[in-house]
Amino acid sequence: MTVRIQTEDFDLGAEVAALRKGNPAIGAIASFVGVVRDVNEGDRVSEMTLEHYPGMTEKSIEQIIAQARGRWSVIDAVVVHRVGLLLPTDQIVLVVVAAAHRGDAFAACEFIMDYLKTQAPFWKKESTREGARWVDARATDDTAAERWRLKG
Amino acid sequence: MVTILYFARLKEALGRASEELALPRDVSDLAALRAVLTGRGGAWAQELADARPVRAAVNQDMAAGDTPVKDGDEIAFFPPVTGG
Repeated sequence: MTVRIQTEDFDLGAEVAALRKGNPAIGAIASFVGVVRDVNEGDRVSEMTLEHYPGMTEKSIEQIIAQARGRWSVIDAVVVHRVGLLLPTDQIVLVVVAAAHRGDAFAACEFIMDYLKTQAPFWKKESTREGARWVDARATDDTAAERWRLKG
Repeated sequence: MVTILYFARLKEALGRASEELALPRDVSDLAALRAVLTGRGGAWAQELADARPVRAAVNQDMAAGDTPVKDGDEIAFFPPVTGG
């Protein structure tokens, strides 16, 4: 299990290669990459800055991965989240899950991402023509995380 | 003493990222501590009012109003998270 918080970009191919290297038990790898859009709430976004809570960020993501491992057969997982200044088209977050079968890999990957959105202490501040503003949390993200309580 | 950290919108509005505070004797949980901070008035009363969507952590775990706080704890107040 790997959790990294960094300002630098990441390489999906390199992360997947490192994850599956030398492990013949892995039969499925699911991944998610989050990217900075240039529009939010109808306004043009020129850049954004991500702040986080060092220490708690890593701890909370490790706990989310541990929860996923308790629900699905996960062999390994990697989460990389960038902080600092990001521009539209930049990658923000990477989740990669390796499992024996695709069902576990898909479900655990989506679960980790949904919980990260509502539990991991990151905050986005975006710059628009009207000035800089903190991004408000979305109710739809709570709903996305909530639905996992109903499913097994 | 407890360490209190503030993040994002709260950090900017309160004008500080952290502080050390001697825990008042009658403060034993997070809700009581929040009430002490709100009692400072001004931006504190505004930003930490009960109606505001403020989240908190004690020793880097998400916490609720009835979460106990004690000497030596690291406590954090912040807006709902918006990562990913």
